[in-house]
Amino acid sequence: MSKNKSVSAQLFNGIFKENPTFVLVIGLCPTLAVTTSAINGLGMGVATLLVLVLSNFFISVVSRFTPSQVRIPVYVIVISTIVTVIGMLMQAYLPTLYLALGIFVPLIVVNCIILARAEMYAAKNGPIRSIIDGLGIGIGFVLALTLLGSIREIIGSGSWFGESLFGANYQGALIMILPPGAFLTIGVLMAIIQKFKKRRGKR
Amino acid sequence: MSLSLLFGIVITSIFINNVIFAQFLGLCPFFGVTKKLSSALGMGMAVIFVLTISSAITWVVNDYILVPFKLEYLQTVVFILVIASLVQFVELLIQKSAPTLYQALGVFLPLITTNCAVLGIALINMTKSYGFIAATVNGLATAIGFTVALLLMAGIREKLEYSDIPNSFKGLPITFITAGLLAIAFMGFSGMKL
Repeated sequence: MSKNKSVSAQLFNGIFKENPTFVLVIGLCPTLAVTTSAINGLGMGVATLLVLVLSNFFISVVSRFTPSQVRIPVYVIVISTIVTVIGMLMQAYLPTLYLALGIFVPLIVVNCIILARAEMYAAKNGPIRSIIDGLGIGIGFVLALTLLGSIREIIGSGSWFGESLFGANYQGALIMILPPGAFLTIGVLMAIIQKFKKRRGKR
Repeated sequence: MSLSLLFGIVITSIFINNVIFAQFLGLCPFFGVTKKLSSALGMGMAVIFVLTISSAITWVVNDYILVPFKLEYLQTVVFILVIASLVQFVELLIQKSAPTLYQALGVFLPLITTNCAVLGIALINMTKSYGFIAATVNGLATAIGFTVALLLMAGIREKLEYSDIPNSFKGLPITFITAGLLAIAFMGFSGMKL
């Protein structure tokens, strides 16, 4: 990866070109599990974003002093410490969101996105660059989760961020809130993206 | 711990509350290694081995080290370390005893560490305050459920290779749709009360 890429190009790269959900297809478990509503998707996305930025920063600092044989355990300790701290903060200040996300807050530790960025980017680049990379990828993740959560909430319960959209008579398609809805939504979204990519390729 | 309760845990973890289709744990290998039936089976076996042992060990660590010293808030950190070293051990074992299997699994074996099913089940065992036997059985049953899901998916994907799929759906999109349909099928179990 070139070192003198501009900040905006780097952000753009994380949000679109290497979008963790739709392009790299990693970190699927929280993506599908917690996006039953837009607010849950947004909350999970932001929590992951924070962890990603912090872990990228600390790992790019630490990696210089770490022998490569023990790097993975070191990264995992760094990441899980950050996740524990963020989890405690959420429990204290956002208890309802913490309960809604449940087990998936501690499971941010094993989100492949974070370890992948640590290994592929933060370990080889400086702290500032790593923070920007974390921001880009993290925002891409937030957008993907919010999009998924919005679609599932609008179709499934007829509301968006808890605000009712179609009046009280609307009966939501429950299947969208249940697990199958998650798979179907992301499948259709990826098909749409693939369609656009093919069209652009033909030109 | 009565046998009927254990039986309930087994059926619940394999079918009713399947890790993949109901709990969304361990999706990365679910989509990553299910292109071929043989690699799906290998991954399933590795997860059965790791998940059973890790459920047992994390229970012991939690009850005899973390709880007496009031260190429960370190659960995530400690569990992930236990799991990571366990996976390393399994990797060495397979590399020595079954090199072909090792080649087939390739990069996915170290990734068991970041398979959220392993850490997830360890944490779920603690929140449900299972006993030692129940925790271990739950780990084993969950892993069997994981393997069942992987094998189903791999079988379908091998057939999908030969079918006529709309261009935009080729590759991952159709795989997600298939998973969605399988999840609907698994919802049929959710009425069961045990």
